[in-house]
Amino acid sequence: MPEPLLRVVDVRKAFGGVRAVDGVSFDLARGEIRALIGPNGAGKSTFFNILAGLLRADDGAVAYRGEEILGLAPHAIWRRGVSRTFQITATFATLSALENVQVARLSHTRRSRALLRPAGGLEVERSLALLAQVGLAEQSGRPAGVLAYGDLKKLELAIALANDPELLLLDEPTAGMAPAERGALMALTASIARERTLTVLFTEHDMDVVFTVAERVMVLHQGRVIAEGAPDTVRADPEVQAVYLGEAAWAT
Amino acid sequence: MSPSLVLIQLLSGLAHAMVLFLIASGLSLIFGVTRIVNFAHGSFYMLAAYLTYTLAATLPLGAAAFYVAVLLAAASVGLAGLGVEVALLRRVYRAPELYQLLLTFALVLVVADVVKLFWGSENLTGPAAPGLAGSVEIAGQLFPTYDLALIGLGPLVAAGLWWLFYRTRWGVLIRAATQDREMVAVLGVDQARLFTSVFVLGSFLAGLGGALQVPRQALTNVMDASIITEAFVVVVVGGMGSVPGALLAAALIGVIDAFGVLVLPRASLVVPFVVMAVVLIVRPWGLLGRPEVQQRTAGGAIVTAGTVRVPPRWLAAVLAALIAVPPFLPTFHVWVLVEILAFALFAASLHLLMGTGGMVSFGHAASFGLGAYGAALLVTWTKAPMLLAFAAAPLAAAVGAALYGYFCVRLSSIYFAMLTLAFAQIAFAIVHQWYDVTGGDNGLLGIWPAAWLAGPLAYYYLALTACGGGIALLARIGRAPFGLTLRAARDHARRAETVGINIRLHQWTAFVVAGFFGGVAGGTFAFLKGSVFPNLLAVPMSVEPLVMVLLGGVQAPAGAPVGAAIYKLLDTVATRYTEYWQLVLGAILILLVLAFPRGILGVVGDRRA
Repeated sequence: MPEPLLRVVDVRKAFGGVRAVDGVSFDLARGEIRALIGPNGAGKSTFFNILAGLLRADDGAVAYRGEEILGLAPHAIWRRGVSRTFQITATFATLSALENVQVARLSHTRRSRALLRPAGGLEVERSLALLAQVGLAEQSGRPAGVLAYGDLKKLELAIALANDPELLLLDEPTAGMAPAERGALMALTASIARERTLTVLFTEHDMDVVFTVAERVMVLHQGRVIAEGAPDTVRADPEVQAVYLGEAAWAT
Repeated sequence: MSPSLVLIQLLSGLAHAMVLFLIASGLSLIFGVTRIVNFAHGSFYMLAAYLTYTLAATLPLGAAAFYVAVLLAAASVGLAGLGVEVALLRRVYRAPELYQLLLTFALVLVVADVVKLFWGSENLTGPAAPGLAGSVEIAGQLFPTYDLALIGLGPLVAAGLWWLFYRTRWGVLIRAATQDREMVAVLGVDQARLFTSVFVLGSFLAGLGGALQVPRQALTNVMDASIITEAFVVVVVGGMGSVPGALLAAALIGVIDAFGVLVLPRASLVVPFVVMAVVLIVRPWGLLGRPEVQQRTAGGAIVTAGTVRVPPRWLAAVLAALIAVPPFLPTFHVWVLVEILAFALFAASLHLLMGTGGMVSFGHAASFGLGAYGAALLVTWTKAPMLLAFAAAPLAAAVGAALYGYFCVRLSSIYFAMLTLAFAQIAFAIVHQWYDVTGGDNGLLGIWPAAWLAGPLAYYYLALTACGGGIALLARIGRAPFGLTLRAARDHARRAETVGINIRLHQWTAFVVAGFFGGVAGGTFAFLKGSVFPNLLAVPMSVEPLVMVLLGGVQAPAGAPVGAAIYKLLDTVATRYTEYWQLVLGAILILLVLAFPRGILGVVGDRRA
C-alpha cells in the first residue's frame, strides 16, 4: 500500500473538561474524497482547526506526506500544500473578488512582501482563471463584502485552490446555501478535485451531498471516530444510525 | 528610607490612587460598553474641579458648601456627559469606530478653552475641605486628614459600583454589554439608552474625581492632559471594562508613582509606562480583564469599505501647484507649507498602519520624535553635517519602530493602541528626563539646515522632495502586493493566515516602514524649527496625525495629506486670530465630523460611488 497523503494518529484536544477531539486516528489516501460527518458538537470543526494549525492539539501526531505538521503555524501548513475553507465564510470583505484570489496567489508565489511593484497587474490571469473555474468570472471586480452568500462560498473555494494544494479541507462547504445550489457546488468541487487529483476531506450536514460526492465516509461522535468506510457501509452501521436517529429524534 | 516614611509614602500613594480609581473606572466603563476611547474624560475631570472651586466659594452654605459643591460639580459634569452623548456621539455611532474618538478629541480642545475663558490660565488654589483640613500624626509623621478620608472613600465608591453592577438589572445589562454588546442588542435591549446611561455615569465619576482633587492640588489648565494618560494606564493595567481591575491598578500605579518619585526621581515619569508595557506584553487584556470576544464584524470596524482613490489628474494638479506657486508666496506662508508637508507625511505614515493595516497607533509620535531627536542628537554631539543628520532621522525612527513594534504587533485593537502609547510615553520620559544627553525640557537648540538649504524656498523644496517623495512611496507601497496583503490581513486575520501569510511579520514590516517615514517627517520638522523639544514625543503629537487621518478619511490613502493640510491650516489661522484657537478648532472639528462621518474623502468617495 502506498504511503498515505495524511496520517492522523491519536489526536486529542480538550477544552476544560470537555474532550472535543478524543483520540482521532485515520489515514487519507492520495486522491481520495472523504466526508467527515457527525452531529453538532462532535468535534469536526475543532479537528479541522487543529489540522490547519489554528488550534494546538494536546496530543497526537499528524504526518502530511510523511512530515509532521502538528504544531506548525497556519501559514506554514498552507505552504506545504494544505488549504482550507471555513464554515462561516472567511473572505477579505473590502477587497474585490479578484484581489481576494490575488492575495493568495501572491502569497503562494512568495511575493506578498514586494514593497514597490503595483499589485494590480500581478497574478491576474491565474486568479481570473480560478474565478472562472468556480463560476465567478462575472463578479471579479466586486468587493467580497457585497457578494451573495453562495458566491462567497465559491470565492472561498477559489482562494483555497490558489496555492495548487494537494489536500483540501472544506468545513461545511455548502452550509447556508439553497438546496439546489449545494449539489451544484459540491459537484463542481468534486470535478475540480478529480481534474487536479486533489485529496479532499470535508465536513457536511447535508446527507444527500455526502452520499453523492464522498468516496468514503467517516463518522465522528463525541470526539471519536465511530465508523469509517464506503458510504453504504456507514449508512448501514447500527451505531451510526443510533447516533443520527437519536439526534434526529431529539432535534424534532 | 525609614519605615515611617515608607508608610506615609504608601498612604499618600493610595490617596492619589483613589482619585485615579474614580476617573479610571468611569473611563473603563465607557470603553467597555460603548467602545469609545474617550479622550474628553480628563476634560470632564478638569471641568468638575473648576466648578467645585467656584461653587464652594459662592454657595452660602458655610462649612457644607464644599461638600455640596463637590456633588453639584460631579452631577453637572454627568449632565454634560448626557448632552455630549445625545447631541454628538450618538450621531456617529454608525461611522467607523474611531470617529467617536475624533469627536472626543475635539471636545478636549473646546473644554480646555472654555476653562481658560471662565477661569483664566493662572493656577488656582482651591479651598480645604472643612473638617478635614488638618493633619493627623501617623508613626511620628504628619499626614493630611483629607487624604486619609479619600483612602476611606475609594473602597466605599467601589462597593457602591459593585452593588450597582451585581445587584441591579441595569448592572447586569452593563456587564453583559461589556462582554458582548451585539448579543445584548439582539436580546432586545435599547442600546441607545444603555450607552447614554453609561456615558452619564462615567462622566459623573470623572467629575467626582476632579471635584475631590480640589483640596489636594492647584487647579491648572493642563490637569486634563496629565490625568487622561494616567487614567489610560490604570484602565489598561486593570483590564478594559473591569471596575475591580481599575481599583487594583489604581492602587498599584498610585503607590508606584509615590515611590517612584522618591526612589528613582530621574526616571519617575517612565515607571508607570514600563509597568503598563510589561503588563500588556505578559497579559494583554490587563490584570483583571478578559480576553476580547472575537469581533463578528470584519476589519475591526476601522475600515469598512473599499479604498477611495483620487484621480491622477488631481494629484498632478496639486503637485504642479506645490512646485510652481511657493516662489510667489510670502515667506511665512512658505514656512507653513513646509510644516504641512512634514505633517502630511507624518499622517500618511500613520495611515499605512491604521488605514491599510487596521492597526490604530496611539504612539506614532515616537517615530516623529525619534526622527527629530536622532537628527538633533547627531548634530549636537557629533557636529554631523546637516544632510547626514537628515538622512539619519528615518533610520533612528525605523530602528526604534522595529524594536517596540516587535512587541506591539503581538497585540490587537485597543491593546495594540495602548502598547504603542506606552512605548511612546517611555521614549518621551527618557527624552524628558535624560538632561545630560537630550537637554530635558530645555530641548536641543541650533539644529539648523546647511547654509545653502537655509532659505525658505531652498528648504521648502528639500521638504517637498523628502516629504512629497515619502508620501508617493507610501502610496506605492499601499498598492503593492505588500499593501494588498496588509489590507487582507486587516479584513480577516484567520483567512490571511490560512493563505500562507505570516501576519505578525507583515505587520511588523509595516510598523518599521511607517516608523521610517514618520522619522523623515520628524527630521524635516526639526530642521524647520531649528530645535527639538520633548513635546515632539508627547501624547498630543500622537493624537494629531490620528485626527488628520480620520479627518481626511481613513479609507483613502490621499486622506492623510488632505486631513493634515486642513488641520494645520485651521490651526495656523485660528492661532493667528484668536487666543481661543482651541475652541475654534474644536468647534470646526466637531462640525466636520458631523458633516463627514467617514472623513472628507471617504464621504466624497461614497457620493461618487
